[in-house]
This record gives sequence, C-alpha cells and structure tokens, in this order.
Amino acid sequence: MQVTNEEFKPTIVAFCCNWCSYAGADLSGTNRLSYPANVKIIRVPCSCRVNPMFILRAFQRGADGVILCGCHPGDCHYTTGNYYARRRMTLLFSMLDYLGIERKRTRVEWVSAAEGAKFAATMNDFVATVTKLGENKRLEDLRCKN
Amino acid sequence: MQELIKAKAIELLENGTVDRVLGWKAGEFFYDLTPAVFTTREEIDKDFVYSVFSGANFSKYLVKESRKEGKVAAFLKPCDTYSFNQLLKEHRILRDHVHVVGIACDGMCDIDKIRAAGAKGILGVESGGENLNVHTLYGDVTVKKADMLAERCRCCKSHKLVAFDEKLGEDGDVIENSGRFDEVAKLEAMTPDERFEFWRGELSRCIRCNACRDVCPACTCEKCVFDNDKSGIANKGAANSFEEKMYHIIRAFHVAGRCTDCGECSRVCPEHIPLHLLNRKFIKDIDELYGEYQSGADTETRPPLMDYRQDDADPSVVYARGGKRE
Amino acid sequence: MKKLALSRLPELFAAIGAKEKLYIPADDGESARFLPYREGMELTKKLNTVRSAKDLFFPQVENLMAFQVTGKEIKIIEERDPCENFVLFGVRACDAASFGILDRVFRYAEPADTYYVNRREHGTVVALACTEPEETCFCGVFGIDATQPGGDVSAWIAESDMYFRANTEKGETLLSGLALLEDGDEAPVDAVSAKTRAILEKLPHAKLSLKGFDGAHMLDLFHSKEWEKLSESCLGCGTCTFVCPTCQCYDIREFDTGKEVKRFRCWDSCMYSDFTKMSAGQPRPTQLERFRQRFMHKLVYFPDNNDGVYGCVGCGRCLQKCPIHMNIVKVVKALGEEKQ
Repeated sequence: MQVTNEEFKPTIVAFCCNWCSYAGADLSGTNRLSYPANVKIIRVPCSCRVNPMFILRAFQRGADGVILCGCHPGDCHYTTGNYYARRRMTLLFSMLDYLGIERKRTRVEWVSAAEGAKFAATMNDFVATVTKLGENKRLEDLRCKN
Repeated sequence: MQELIKAKAIELLENGTVDRVLGWKAGEFFYDLTPAVFTTREEIDKDFVYSVFSGANFSKYLVKESRKEGKVAAFLKPCDTYSFNQLLKEHRILRDHVHVVGIACDGMCDIDKIRAAGAKGILGVESGGENLNVHTLYGDVTVKKADMLAERCRCCKSHKLVAFDEKLGEDGDVIENSGRFDEVAKLEAMTPDERFEFWRGELSRCIRCNACRDVCPACTCEKCVFDNDKSGIANKGAANSFEEKMYHIIRAFHVAGRCTDCGECSRVCPEHIPLHLLNRKFIKDIDELYGEYQSGADTETRPPLMDYRQDDADPSVVYARGGKRE
Repeated sequence: MKKLALSRLPELFAAIGAKEKLYIPADDGESARFLPYREGMELTKKLNTVRSAKDLFFPQVENLMAFQVTGKEIKIIEERDPCENFVLFGVRACDAASFGILDRVFRYAEPADTYYVNRREHGTVVALACTEPEETCFCGVFGIDATQPGGDVSAWIAESDMYFRANTEKGETLLSGLALLEDGDEAPVDAVSAKTRAILEKLPHAKLSLKGFDGAHMLDLFHSKEWEKLSESCLGCGTCTFVCPTCQCYDIREFDTGKEVKRFRCWDSCMYSDFTKMSAGQPRPTQLERFRQRFMHKLVYFPDNNDGVYGCVGCGRCLQKCPIHMNIVKVVKALGEEKQ
C-alpha cells in the first residue's frame, strides 16, 4: 500500500564489514553526523561474507532496501574479499533487475573507516531513494508482514 | 550413428577396456529412453538406443559411477563434454575410471514440440530426410525436423567435443553467433514491470519437483541448501510467490559461472518453465563484464566467481545497463 | 440428461461463477492447469493438466495452525482455510477416480483429516469424459472407464454440444440451478462413447497385466532383483510424486515469521533423500529402497489394505513427465516379466 512520502519509513538493512564500513559508521556517530534510525546495521567480518541468501532473506523479512558496505577495492582487510563480493553482488543485482525488482532497492558502497561523513551521506541518500520507491512488494513475504 | 555407437559399446566391453557402459535404454515408446548401465553384449543388442531422443546428459551420473570399482564408458555429445570438463575441474569425477566416447551430434528433438504440432496419441516416428513422419492413434502427422529440435539444440553453442578418449563421427567447431542470448536480450529490453509480470507468470507454475536441480551437472552438492533445515531456507514447496522466486534465484546463482548451458534443466521441467533464461542471463552478464567465458571448455581456467580483476566493474554498473528505466 | 451448445460454455461458466468459485482446466503458458475462472478463459484443448486435480482438495502447501509464545503462555491460532463452496469443472475420469483413493486415506480413515474433508465437502466435481486418449493413458487397466467419469456430475462432449448428467445430490443441486441447460438425449453420448472405447482398446498399454501384484506376492516382489536396474538412473526428484493424482505423502514443517510460528504441511516425496528419515537413522538409505517404496505402495501395499484398489489411476502423467522416463508401466512390466 503506497502511503505518502512523509509517513512511509522504509526498513533498510545495511551489511557492514567490520574493518572499514562498520568503523566508518561508528565514526559518523562520534562526529554526530545523523542518518535515519530505520537503517539496521548487520556487522559482518568482510563484505565477502554476504551471501545472496542474506540479501533475499532481508527482503523477505521486511526490508525495503538492502545496502552492502565494504572496504574500498584494494584495501580489504582480508586482501581479496571485497573483490569477490564485488563480482557476486554485481551479478546478483543484475539478476534481481532481470526479474523486475526495482534496481534502486539494492546498492553497494565502499566506505573506509575514515569516511564517517560518506557513511552518513550514503545512508541518507539511500533512505531517500528507497522512500521514493515505496514499500517492497515484489520480494515481500506476506507471512512476515506485521 | 546408432549402429556405430552400439558396436563401439560392445567392443569396449568385450576387449576389457571397460566393464560397464552408460547409454540410453529403449522404453515403451521410441521417445522415452532411460539412462542405464549396460554390462553385457546381450543387453546392448536388445535395449541400447541412440536416436534424436537421446537428450540425457550422462556427466552427472559419472560422479557416482566413476567412484565404483572398474571403469565405465560414457557416450557424451558435445554439450555433455562441457559438463564433463566442469565436473573434472571440480574434482567430482575420477578421470581414470571413465572412458569417454565423444559423439558428434546435430540436434535432439523434443517430444513436447511434436505434441504441440498437433500429434496426439503418438505411436511411432520415422525420419524422412528433413521431415519426421509421426504415426498417431488419430492418423499420421508430418513435421519438419528442424522445427522439432529442442530449444537448446536450435541455438547450439558448439559442435566441438572438448573431452574424449576417442571420437565417433566428425565433430565440429564452436559456433559463433548461436543466438542463444537473443531471448535474454529481449527480456532485458522490457520494462521492469513487464519483466516482473513475465517471471511471475512463469515461476508460478513451478511445482518444486526439483527436477532441474537433480538433473543439473553443476548441482552436485551432497546436501542441497534447500534440503538442509539448518540453512534457514529449506522448503519442499513454495508457500508464496517469494519462495517461488527465491529457489530459482538462489539455484541460478549457485551454478553461475559453472553452468555449461547444457539445457537439461529446461528439458526436464514438467511445467515448461524456461529456466535456461535465468542461467543464460548470468552467462551473458559474465561475458559482458568479466570477459567471455565458457564453463567446461577446459579444465584449467578459474570460474569467474572464484576470480577477480582489480578493475572489475562496480555493482552500480547495473543502474546504467541498457533497457528501459523504471 | 442435460445439454448445452459448446459455443455457450462461457455463459455456463459465468452462471456457475456468479454463485460460487469455479475452477476449469485452462492453458497457462505451454501447459494446462486448474485455474480460477475469469471471464475470457477457455477450456484447454489439451487432454489433461500437468498438476492433477488433487491440488484442490490436498494443496501443496497448507497452513495447519500457528503458535504465539508470550512469556510462558502459548497461544494456538487457527490458521485453517475456512474454504468456500467451489465447482471443479473438467476433471478427467482418472483424476475423478483418484479422489476415491484419497478419500480412503484422508476421509474414511480414522481419524479423518479434517482439512481435506472440509475441502471435499465444499467442492462439487464435474467430470468430463475423454474423446481422444493418448498413448500414455492406461486408466482401463485399473477398471476406470474414461467414457464414464465419476463425479457429482458427469459431462460429455458430443458433436457440438456438452451433455451433463447428475450422479449425486450435489450434482442435482448444481444442474438444477443452471437455467440455461436444455434437455438432451442419450444417443449422441452413447455414440461418442462407443467411438472413444474403440480407441481405448487400441492404446498401447490397454492390456497391461497386473497379475501377481497383490499381498500374497508382497515379499517376492520386495526382494526382486529388478529393483536395482529400475532405480539406477532415478534422480530422486519429486516430479512423479507431485504430478501424480494419488500420491499423498506430506511433511509437517514450521516457519518462524518473527511474530509467530506457522505450522504447515507440504507435499513430500518418497523419492527424496530425507523421506522417513528419523533420529534413529534412515531406513531407506539409498535410492533403490525409496524407488521400491513408491511402487510397492501403489501396486502392493495399498491394494492389500484397500480391497484390491490400486494406488494408481493410469493417468499417464509420470510417463510424460519423468526426466529420465521411468514410470509405473515400466516397473509393472519388469516385475511381471520376471515372474513369468
């Protein structure tokens, strides 16, 4: 059900890698840079830990948008993890697009531990984008709706 | 070709090269051939058939067969040899226990296409050059063989045998411009709404029989994630449209980069869901983004999802791809 | 006997649909299935649907109940689909006979399966006789007459009309509520049935013998050497089970939605590797045992427990749909030959 933009608050799931983007999120907090409270962060050791099943499950359990944050390519704490994640997510997002799921519901952003501002800005932008798209209908599981 | 293959099978058994042969066994009708293991000359003489309905890919059976005592012979068509290589690469087949006879092929027919062309109550078929003469309970129907070819054979990607211990018949080359991505491109050119509608219609017919997974040579997990209660996504039937999509997205993803496009998944689907369109989408994306890659063409190159380049495209490239915007 | 011109079928469907939910076999992509009727839908020209009609009484996924835990209290929430009256139109004789088999398992057994019984009581079956059986049909082997389908109403297509005859009270109620039906004569129905019977006799498997498939030969069949060859290329998928109108095994599972746990049942297949797997182990460890189980159940155990009624109706779906072309006919022939 499409509600007006002011009322609808999307649920965003953000997978953040422990070494870079989670630290970046932390930094944005200590710098008092605000981003919406409806972004739920899940910390993973590396962006490579994220399985396509996680993305789908997030949508199933109520997420309207899913974003994956990791170290910049070349700077992965585990050297090569984010390279694999990059390929994996590109293919997955392309497949979701192919099935007709709105492209802007998924995103990958490389955020380093020093980029608190970028983290906040990214989340603000992503929430705004997904708010415009509205509630996730195409990958929803009605059983999990509140 | 059938006579050549039968003779070869008997020869390999009798000269001790192998102690069993994987082949196609005659059924009740001419089109219902079952993969079977032949151990004696009598069995081969009586029941071994090779025809335009010998679509079954034996590579997957070799995973179990090659681990048994002795040696097994398998007749592999060009598309089957790609699956064979892929399984070798993944160390699933013990090469020493298999004697591969590569057989040239110019296309297998799809019995459902013959039915769709108006043949009901099919009793027999004769090849007459370009045509197939189909005998039915309700009279004879003549169809053009080229129109009855299985979808995967119409856009065959390669006549080349990429793995064999010996060859039967003249094989050919990799086919450029097979047209196998045309349907994918057509879908990509639709709007997201149209694509969603298309896939909703197709996937709603899925009965979760798992035939696609069980016949796929790339799906060889001892315990599939959908059968494993600990995975959190195990299910035996889709409770709603989300679960319908999830199974297919995840399965296509799990075989991405390893799928050789053998077409078995679409052949076996009881509801005629065009599953190859999902797998070919991944192949097309991989070709465009990470360089042309044909899974199973050799046994050395790394599959694209187990590899990377430092200048790979960013996932945001998806936003900029062709097709209509939302 | 009532009749209606075939050209007026849309009116008939609209008339039935106005009072209750109507399901007809219609084309969906390249195959046919039972779909809820919408204006413009036509009866499929295909002989039969891919999924059998059992879906309407025994759906693939069915919610049983849900649990909500708050503190130490568990609340049980009724999730049963209340079900409204519906008409299931165009069921073939084979599928109509399968309802009798499922009834033995779910309806007349003690205790009765109330979910199934509820659906059966709300459903009215209009069965349609066949006119062009296919080479994969063998319903006659099980005593089913494709020209005399069982159901609340039997229907026939003869020349350019469809004929109807009520067999039960429910059928009478349905037909008497349809004013557009005219009175019809038996003769055209008899003529078309005779023609169809001539074809049924010529079907390749019309004379399939079931001799020896009974309780007395149970152990001989169980220990037959043929099972190894028969099961060697079985993939263990569930295609045969899921398209079969009489297969009835189900699994009970739970899904945690976050706010409650839903308990549901879903179709299971004896071909699956976890079929009858228990904490003590797996009594059917390889595909051979599981494959054997399916056919022993249909051909020996079920008739032994059910007055000789076989657990197969000869619809031929497994002949058409098995990915590796194994099916009950091949099993019967292999086990029958060996004994002779």
